[in-house]
Amino acid sequence: MIREALKVGSKIDGFLIEEKIHSGGMATLWRVSRPDIDVPIVMKVPMILDGDDATVIVGFEMEMMILPRLSGVHVPKFFSVGDYASHPYLVMEYIQGYSLLKKLNESPLPVEEVMKIGGRVATALVDLHRQNVIHLDIKPSNIMMRAKSGPNGEDIGEAAFIDFGLSRHLQLPDLLEEEFRVPMGTGPYISPEQVLKNRSDPRSDIFSLGVLLYHLATHVRPYGAPTAQSQLRHRLWRDPVPPRKYNSKIPPYLQEIILRCLEADPDLRYPTAAQLAFDFANPQAVKLTERAHRMKRDSIKMAMKRWFQTLGTSEQPKQPQVGAAAPAPIIMVAVDLNEGQEQLSEALRSHVARVLTTMPNARLACVNILKLNRLTINYALDDEGRNIHVQRLVELKNWARTLGLSQERISFHVLENADPAQALIEYAQLNNVDQVLIGARGARALRRFLGSVSSQVVAEAPCTVTVVRLPPGGEQEPDVRLEQAAG
Amino acid sequence: MRIALLADIHANREALDACLAHAARQKIDQFVFLGDLVGYGADPVYVVERIMALRDVGAIVLVGNHDEAAVRGDGVNMNAYARHAIEWTHATLGPEALDFLAKLPLFHVQDDHLFIHSEAASPKAWNYVTNAQDAERSMRATDRRVTFCGHVHRPQLYHMSATKPAVLFIPQNNLSIPLMGNRQWLAVQGAVGQPRDDNPEAAYSIFDTTRNEITYLRVPYDIEGAVNKIHAADLPQILAARLFIGR
Repeated sequence: MIREALKVGSKIDGFLIEEKIHSGGMATLWRVSRPDIDVPIVMKVPMILDGDDATVIVGFEMEMMILPRLSGVHVPKFFSVGDYASHPYLVMEYIQGYSLLKKLNESPLPVEEVMKIGGRVATALVDLHRQNVIHLDIKPSNIMMRAKSGPNGEDIGEAAFIDFGLSRHLQLPDLLEEEFRVPMGTGPYISPEQVLKNRSDPRSDIFSLGVLLYHLATHVRPYGAPTAQSQLRHRLWRDPVPPRKYNSKIPPYLQEIILRCLEADPDLRYPTAAQLAFDFANPQAVKLTERAHRMKRDSIKMAMKRWFQTLGTSEQPKQPQVGAAAPAPIIMVAVDLNEGQEQLSEALRSHVARVLTTMPNARLACVNILKLNRLTINYALDDEGRNIHVQRLVELKNWARTLGLSQERISFHVLENADPAQALIEYAQLNNVDQVLIGARGARALRRFLGSVSSQVVAEAPCTVTVVRLPPGGEQEPDVRLEQAAG
Repeated sequence: MRIALLADIHANREALDACLAHAARQKIDQFVFLGDLVGYGADPVYVVERIMALRDVGAIVLVGNHDEAAVRGDGVNMNAYARHAIEWTHATLGPEALDFLAKLPLFHVQDDHLFIHSEAASPKAWNYVTNAQDAERSMRATDRRVTFCGHVHRPQLYHMSATKPAVLFIPQNNLSIPLMGNRQWLAVQGAVGQPRDDNPEAAYSIFDTTRNEITYLRVPYDIEGAVNKIHAADLPQILAARLFIGR
């Protein structure tokens, strides 16, 4: 514990204390500097008083354990940690930008802005969950939007999480586990499973993000601001008022997204943050269910029935259920609809079908590239006056028809681009695709020499890429066998 | 400082050699052998000689219940096959090796770390740490912050703050785990020579005192080699069979 008080001008482990910038119930934040660090940094020091709440101390320990293990733009960059026994502190990047708390005060926000924020926070969650960390205290004051402008001055700042005091690293001991007498979280935002003292489900963060989006879209808290534990349990059985009831400008797809995040049963929510981010990026592909059009809550009778069912529900298993849930990857298949590639596209489809049978929660994005000509004006209509884009979509849907996937598991995208490989790689990046399936035409020496679309995707895509080829002899290009014979 | 922790070698030459070869690539500053050098396996002479040589260059070597029994030559309180192996081990080891085992210390204290074969509450009783209550009893019995032990043949990690009960964590392999300062830890090691957590690979760990992090490791080794020697020495079949399945 720090026994001597920190003062402006004093030094700890080479850090010069410059200014107190925040003093909260849990910790004090100081602006500090060190000659070798050229970005703004802050020192976070826990408020530890004798006989203080143990969760404050343990929460700070958790943060000291988790923050150094995180990287990327969606968390503050970590610099240094002090010795816990003598002087506990964390030094991290001071994130320049604005807190989402500000946006909460401006709510209800326009739909586009809710979608933008939702997409960025979901993307940040993808990155956090990929690093095996569940935040467990997602709320406006813990989310910063980085100050960052695009070429036209538009706001393109990423979301970054701060305060990992309640977080859980799934591969490290949960020091807060033993502190469990009461659920830990923030009343309005806490997920039902956290209320039941389960701290190992990444979908808890999706629920809390749903609460945040609901609030941003309506200026109403879906579950109020409960303080007593019995009130926290209401969300186990009482569904929120559909947000469109408060704000008629909310389109059905946004209500669908929000209410799916807020499902009391984690299995009914988005299985992963990546699938949620996918819906924000592709609102036209959101599968609308009864949730999208709901205008009132379930009947009291139905809610009471659920309440009765939750009566027996108490503590859930505490050990992380890593790998217990079925994987829910986003799989992208790049489909070549050109004539003459029928056999290859058939081979690709049967490969996709095999992959999907092993992953019932996987989501399939079927992508086709409409290649634009770099030099001439592109006509959206073909010689017979048909809209090419629409025609491609029709063909793409037809290609996928025999896969027999339900609507919420599949989506179709025609990308217009002069550089097909680049378009596929960017799409995979933006949508957090886990695996790309792509067909490769032939294996001719010339193609290998010049570089094919598939080989560029293999080289540059941020994920696993599976290349499907026809067996030798199954080629449609007649010169292939000749070349092989000659070679 | 980087400390390699090796427990329950049980006269398994192939497993010990594999772990030491692995450790040779890990910049280890100190070796600690947490007891049960012999018993069960068919290579007690080689294993004791190799560990004696390491002791001569600074390794810490502690006694386990099988070492104690091998010195006496009687496996009272042991099951039939363990007793059989102990009698065979006693007959196989030379006087120098038996003398080395007889003089091994029960525990070792270094900074705020305690090293011991079984647990700290009653070391001579050779109790097993199999749950949080056992772990808590051991941690309450020492003022050291971190205890390292073996004896159970299953990797486990317990932690406990001053006023709360102990909590179990099953560590993942090859992943450094920080042993945060404000609480006590009990790091139970897997076995080098006879793993029992359904993973037949040899187990050992590295503790980095500077970073205050422990990493549990697994090393594949020539199980067939070790098994063939157990058959050749006419030791009980079960001692060979269990090595294949790690149980």
